[in-house]
Amino acid sequence: MARMKFLCDADRCIECNACVTACKNEHEVPWGINRRRVVTIADGKPGERSVSMACMHCTDAPCAAVCPVNCFYTTADGVVLHSKDLCIGCGYCFYACPFGAPQYPKVGNFGSRGKMDKCTYCAGGPEADGSKEEYEKYGANRLAEGKLPLCAEMCSTKSLLAGDGEIIAQIYKERVLKRGYGSGAWGWKTAYRETIES
Amino acid sequence: MSSFARFIRPAIGAWALLLLIMAAPVPSPAQQVNPTASSVNERQLLQEMDRIQGRVSIPDQRSSVLMQPAGREWREFRNVALLWIGAVAILGMLAVLVIFYLTRGMVRLESGRSGRTIVRFNAFERFAHWMTATCFIVLAISGLNITFGRPLLLPLMGFDAFSEWSQWAKFAHNYLSFPFTIGVVLIFLMWIGGNIPNKVDLEWVKRGGGLFGHDHPPARRFNAGQKGIYWIVVIGGGLVAATGYQLMFPFYLTGIEGMQIAQIIHAVVAVLFIAAMLAHIYIGTIGMEGAFEAMGSGEVDVNWAREHHSLWLDQELAGSSPNDSQPRPRQAASAAE
Repeated sequence: MARMKFLCDADRCIECNACVTACKNEHEVPWGINRRRVVTIADGKPGERSVSMACMHCTDAPCAAVCPVNCFYTTADGVVLHSKDLCIGCGYCFYACPFGAPQYPKVGNFGSRGKMDKCTYCAGGPEADGSKEEYEKYGANRLAEGKLPLCAEMCSTKSLLAGDGEIIAQIYKERVLKRGYGSGAWGWKTAYRETIES
Repeated sequence: MSSFARFIRPAIGAWALLLLIMAAPVPSPAQQVNPTASSVNERQLLQEMDRIQGRVSIPDQRSSVLMQPAGREWREFRNVALLWIGAVAILGMLAVLVIFYLTRGMVRLESGRSGRTIVRFNAFERFAHWMTATCFIVLAISGLNITFGRPLLLPLMGFDAFSEWSQWAKFAHNYLSFPFTIGVVLIFLMWIGGNIPNKVDLEWVKRGGGLFGHDHPPARRFNAGQKGIYWIVVIGGGLVAATGYQLMFPFYLTGIEGMQIAQIIHAVVAVLFIAAMLAHIYIGTIGMEGAFEAMGSGEVDVNWAREHHSLWLDQELAGSSPNDSQPRPRQAASAAE
C-alpha cells in the first residue's frame, strides 16, 4: 500500500488560494472552517515563500495520541481520519496538532466547540464509501473513486503534490536537481520525521 | 529642436546602457542568482521561534500559524506525565487515608456527647458548601474521565458508549463550572474572616493538629488544617476556573501556546485539588466523630466544639461573635422542634 502524503513546493506556490477554494467547494466545508490554507511567510520581504498547509496525515499522529475518546484511525494508505460520531469536541487534538489542522464549528456549549473537522485527504470517514452520510459529515471521498485530493489535482503551478510519499518525494527531488534550488518539504520533518535532502 | 533633443537623449542613453550590458560577460548558469539563497527556511524559522507564522488572506487570522511543534511536549505531558502525577496524587492520598484509618481509626468524641448543640454553619453557608461540593464531584469525575477514561473505561465500555458518556461528561463539566465558580467566590467571601493564618495556627501545627494521640490543640472557628483546605479551595478553585474558562472559550485570551499551558495548569491543579478533597471528605465523614453534623444539620455538639474548636466555643458562649446571628447554645430538644 502506498503511504499518502502532501508536499508543498513553496518555490512554486503563487498564493492563488485555488486549493483552499477547491477544498471548500468539493466538501461543502461549513462556514468559518478552512481545511486548507495558504500561509505566506516573510510577506513582502526578500525570500518570501507561500506554503499551502492542511492536515499532514502525520506518522504517529499527535491528534490520535491525545484524543480522550480515541476517535482517530489511520487507513491502510496512511491517511489519518476520525469519527465525528465519537468526537466530543474537547479541543485536545487542536492543542497537540503542529499544523493547526483540527477546527471546530461554533455549535457547542457557549458557541465553542462542536465536532472537530479537518482535512480527510479527500478520503471521507468511517461511513460506507461514497454514502450520503459520509458526504454530509466529511465531504467527498475521492480516494475511493481512485482520485487524488482535489487541492493538489487542481494546483495551477503543481506546487502542491499529493500521492504516494515516495513518488512525490522523487518528483520534488528531480525538480530541485533541475532548477538548482528548493526551500524544502515544509512540515515533513515534523509530520513524518524525515526530510527530502536536495 | 529642443523637443527632439528631449526625445533622443533618453533613447541614446538606453542604447548605451544596452551596449554596456551586452559587453559584460554573460553569467554562467553556476553564477546565476539563486532564488532560494535568501528564502525563508523551515529549520531556521523553527529554531528562532519554535513556530512559523505568516500571513493568510482568509478571514480566519488564527490560521496564520503555519507550524507549531510545541504540541509534542504537551502531548508528552498529557499522555505520560499527567497520568503519573494524577495516579500518584490520588492513589497516594487514598493509600495514606486507608493506612491512617486502619492505624488511628475514627477520631472519637472523647468526652462523649453533651446533648447540647451549637450552630456552626448557617443555612446559607451550608448551601454554598454543598453547591460547590456537588459541582466539584461531577467536575472531578468528568475531568478524570478525559485523562483516565481512555485507558481505563474505554476498553470496558466500548467506543460508542464511552463516547456518549464522555460527551455528556463534557457538557456537565462545561455547565457546572459556573455554579462551582460562584461557590468558590462565596466560600472565599464568606469565610475569609476566619481563615487568616495567626499565632494559634503555629501551636496547632506544632502539636500535629491532634491527629496523633489524644491531643486537642486550641483553635478558633477554623483550625490550621481547615484554613489549609480553605486556601486550597480558594486558590486551587480560582486557578482551575481561570484556566478552565480559557480552554472553554478558545482564542479569547490566548493562542494555542497559552491554551497548552492553561491545560497543564488546569490538569495538575485539578488532580492535586482532588487529592486534597479526598482528605477533606475523609475527615468530614468517617474520619471524625461529630464532624459531619457541622455541614449536615449545621449544628455541632458542644463537646465536639470544645474538643476541636475551644477558642471558638468560648467566644460563642461569651456571645461576642458579631458574625453569627445565633450564637447561643441551645438544647438539642428545642432545636429539633
